[in-house]
Amino acid sequence: MELIKDISDIRHHFPALSQSVNGKPLVYFDNGATAQKPDCVIELVNKMNSGINGNIHRAVHELSARTTELYEGARESVRNFINADSREEIVFTSGTTASINLVANSFSQAFLKKGEAVLLTEGEHHSNIVPWQMACERHGAKLRVLPVDENGCWKMELLDSLLSDGKVKIASVAHISNVLGVVNPIEELIEACHRFGVPVMIDGAQGIIHSSVDVKKLDCEFYVFSGHKLYGPTGIGVLYGKKVFLQKMPPWMGGGDMVGTVTFKKTTYADLPLKFEAGTPNFIGAAGLGEAIGFLAKIDKNFIKEHEEILVARMLEGLASVDKLKLYGVSDRKISLFSFNVGNVHPTDVAMLMDKMGIALRSGMMCAEPLMSHFGVSGMLRASLSVYNTVEEIDYFVNSLKRVLKMLS
Amino acid sequence: MTIKEAENQIIEEFSIFTDWLDKYEYLIELGKSLPIIKESSKSETNLIKGCQSKVWLAADYKDGKIYFTADSDAIITKGIISLLIRVFSGRAPQEIIDADLGFIKEIGLQDNLSPTRSNGLVSMIKQIKFYALAFSANK
Repeated sequence: MELIKDISDIRHHFPALSQSVNGKPLVYFDNGATAQKPDCVIELVNKMNSGINGNIHRAVHELSARTTELYEGARESVRNFINADSREEIVFTSGTTASINLVANSFSQAFLKKGEAVLLTEGEHHSNIVPWQMACERHGAKLRVLPVDENGCWKMELLDSLLSDGKVKIASVAHISNVLGVVNPIEELIEACHRFGVPVMIDGAQGIIHSSVDVKKLDCEFYVFSGHKLYGPTGIGVLYGKKVFLQKMPPWMGGGDMVGTVTFKKTTYADLPLKFEAGTPNFIGAAGLGEAIGFLAKIDKNFIKEHEEILVARMLEGLASVDKLKLYGVSDRKISLFSFNVGNVHPTDVAMLMDKMGIALRSGMMCAEPLMSHFGVSGMLRASLSVYNTVEEIDYFVNSLKRVLKMLS
Repeated sequence: MTIKEAENQIIEEFSIFTDWLDKYEYLIELGKSLPIIKESSKSETNLIKGCQSKVWLAADYKDGKIYFTADSDAIITKGIISLLIRVFSGRAPQEIIDADLGFIKEIGLQDNLSPTRSNGLVSMIKQIKFYALAFSANK
């Protein structure tokens, strides 16, 4: 199979990229929020909605058999993609947030008791704070927070002191922050946590896109991510969990597909992974995610890596040429995601005017209020790039940014 | 001048702009020249929190008319606020309640005032109407 290793080839597969917005060619720099979809994913979703549609795992008829095959095939694609041991360790959810909520509920039910603690970092997305806060409130436990430094990097030297009293029962941390775009030292954190017998969940919403994830090598207990940021459909996500933990955790939601036998006296539960998949799952979304993973496999890995390095270098150079620009998240392990402010200019004003120029950016708190407080700001601008973005788009973005700042000054 | 007349005046001012750039430059100018709200009025009770930008709105009722002052931390939002203040401030409550704000669409700013933009402006208009209702009930 001939691999794709050319940017115009890649762009050609994403119909959304060729549209105009506000009369200008779209420059889509909001990939951290959601990614555009390749044609094969769109076609599969269409094909399923217009024909291959029958509820999975339930019926003997042909359509049900075909969707079940696509659904379980997608599970196998995901398993292979992150190098998990077995299909039982891959649970489909509606997204990263749902996966975290599942673990926060079910794990805490089994393992978190009064007076104990959950370890997070200051750089977390609200989706990796609130579910744990809710779990702690329910079980009488507390949150412990590993702080970040002025560059947004974890203060690793404080880690042992947060773990040493044995109160922490689980750590849940982002692989890559959605605000800072810095690859966190998760290997080091996992190693430290394991020394104290603490299991670790990795929020891979951003991490799954920008690095190749091998859950066996990482040795994390849980890894979670969404399909829609990985060029798949919305409403589908993944929870990877080590079998030994998933087996000990009680089901979170009850209903169809997660049962063994049901009587009014007692219900037994299905085996993994169905124990955690109550109700009709988003089988079309899952199949679409499987297709997206298949598409990624068709792109040359070295090209992806080199292209991202080029984009990061060009963007850093461009941003450095803007007067009074403050970049948040500075590290030599930087991905193509850049949050910044310029002087006292309000991020919303910039984003609004950039939108008029066809450039899609994110502005605001980016669902990470504690991190905004850490940097003493009420919002930031974010440009998050993807495999299909180009150097030309970066140049247009930087020039447009300068023009907009002049208007606002 | 009635609310309708004030709206028409704004529509006429904006009619000279042929592209979005000029229009937003004008809004930015308006934002910069909006009279500053009293610092004491920028209180938590007067804050209308949008996800993107903050808006403060204060109302005074004098001789049957409502006088609004407002501010925002974002300059374009502030520019749009200054238009709303021009239209609404110094009016009788009933006139405010009856206003349909057709000028916003006419000058092409409806996008900025759609509830999905979460910039606090939609809530601000709602708040202005609430003040009018409250003051008309207290008459």
